[in-house]
Amino acid sequence: MRNYWTIVTRELKSYFSSPIAYVVIGLFLAISGVFFYLLITSFVQLCMRADVQAQMYRMAPPKLNINMMAIRPLFHNMSMFALFFMPLITMRLYADEKRSGTIELLLTSPVTNLQHILGKFSAAAILYLFMLLFTFVYMLLLFIFGNPELGPIMTGYLGLFLLGLCYIAFGIFFSTLTDNQLIAAISTMVFILFFYVVGWLSGLVGPFLGQFVEKLSVIEYFNDFSKGIFDTQNVIFYLSFIFMGLFLSFISIESARWRGR
Amino acid sequence: MIDVRQVTRYFGRVKAVDQVTFQVEKGEILGFLGPNAAGKTTTMRILTTFLPATKGTATVAGFDVHTQSMEVRKRIGYMPENPPLYHEMRVRDYIDFVAAIKGVDPRDRKRAVAETMDKTGIAHVSDRVIKTLSKGYKQRVGIAQALVHNPDVLILDEPTVGLDPKQIIEVRELIKNLAGNHTIILSTHILPEVSMTCQRVMIIDHGRIVAEDRPENLTRGLTGSHRIGVVVKGPKKEIQSKLSALKTVSQVITSETEKDSDTHHFLLESVADEEIRPQVAKSVIENGWELYEIKPEDLSLEDVFLHLTTKE
Repeated sequence: MRNYWTIVTRELKSYFSSPIAYVVIGLFLAISGVFFYLLITSFVQLCMRADVQAQMYRMAPPKLNINMMAIRPLFHNMSMFALFFMPLITMRLYADEKRSGTIELLLTSPVTNLQHILGKFSAAAILYLFMLLFTFVYMLLLFIFGNPELGPIMTGYLGLFLLGLCYIAFGIFFSTLTDNQLIAAISTMVFILFFYVVGWLSGLVGPFLGQFVEKLSVIEYFNDFSKGIFDTQNVIFYLSFIFMGLFLSFISIESARWRGR
Repeated sequence: MIDVRQVTRYFGRVKAVDQVTFQVEKGEILGFLGPNAAGKTTTMRILTTFLPATKGTATVAGFDVHTQSMEVRKRIGYMPENPPLYHEMRVRDYIDFVAAIKGVDPRDRKRAVAETMDKTGIAHVSDRVIKTLSKGYKQRVGIAQALVHNPDVLILDEPTVGLDPKQIIEVRELIKNLAGNHTIILSTHILPEVSMTCQRVMIIDHGRIVAEDRPENLTRGLTGSHRIGVVVKGPKKEIQSKLSALKTVSQVITSETEKDSDTHHFLLESVADEEIRPQVAKSVIENGWELYEIKPEDLSLEDVFLHLTTKE
């Protein structure tokens, strides 16, 4: 346990002593901020137009739901941005250790593979959580100037967090495969992008295969979260996805020892 | 302290280490000598549990490197060929991190880190970021990293490579001072380094141990005889026949004449284990020739090394 925390703190310090964490967090927040602004302004315009229409026809003004019309698309956008930004956070975790030779220190120290894999995973997860916390500022603004529902926001964040952990788990796996950070990042992006968009094919491949393909898509399980539905089925899918990524990392590190690379 | 038996390691079909067997006693310094790609690093990596062996067993301090690798790792300090440094960290933080993952008690850690930095002469750069250090200091931080948990066994892979001559001497002194308390294995392809620091040398080539002895025994020559060089002024042919006629001289190996003079350099080989210098000197003087120089010309480690690692 002590070893685990030692690894977590070292990785976190290392993130913040290089520009990468600041750049990734900054860009993620900037892009999410822009989308937040666009979604909210179009929502406000829509509300104003609806009000005008209601007055013209002498009807009661319609109630437009901000959770559904602004916050939910924002969560979907952020899940996409995280797909491109998280691999940049995870790419160095093992690839850099391999390139600089520090992997020899790590693998000849009395630290088990499980300890350092989970340590690195947790460090990246903490960084990601930190990044998400900043976006909560946007939600606070909505609470100050409007009255969104808290429930769907909480489940949305939970879904976003679990989805990010999936990205991290496979980011770590691809990082163990190479000593080149760029290759690690790009293969992670491509791999996860595949699982992100594969659901879009479901309408094209027939009813049987379509159902199967839909179940493969990581974003399919995110829809419920963003709507405010907490379903253990979705949580279990994400947990097994994460487990798979970490398990493959474990196997990859062990097999690299035997192959001698 | 270290017991290696019949260790073999393949990389695919390539045999990197071939049935290597050796022992190292507590407090000893053993030098691995060999050309590049001879299997030195692979052997060390097996001992440090970084790589598993394909066949054979190795134990360090009584623990098997494969089945009890965590126990072995606690007792080993390893410096790979490229010091395993996190370049973005400060020296003190880095050493402290290594101490923590090597299992140094948290209450002792501060003291252990400070002592190690003193011992390796990096205390005055402890607040610098590793990236900004010179090659020599990085090497020292690498050694400090291997020492911080006061391991029984130290394994150093080419510890002086890439250093300037002054730094090389400092690192060698450091290693010599560490002997006694620690059992040390160091690898190198620099021959004088071995004779200067190690008590025992193992020459490895193509994954096999081709020779193993004390450095001075190895340089005594493969035949057990001494060689001496003599510089004499006089008639060449006559000198040569007189010298080779001496009872204890087995042969005159070479004879060269200095340009435009009557001075000749001879290289003589003795009959096994005989001291021939007094007789040679006497013979030269008695014949009225002039003796300029006489000195032992034992095989250098280079000769032994080349002889053992060059295929006919």
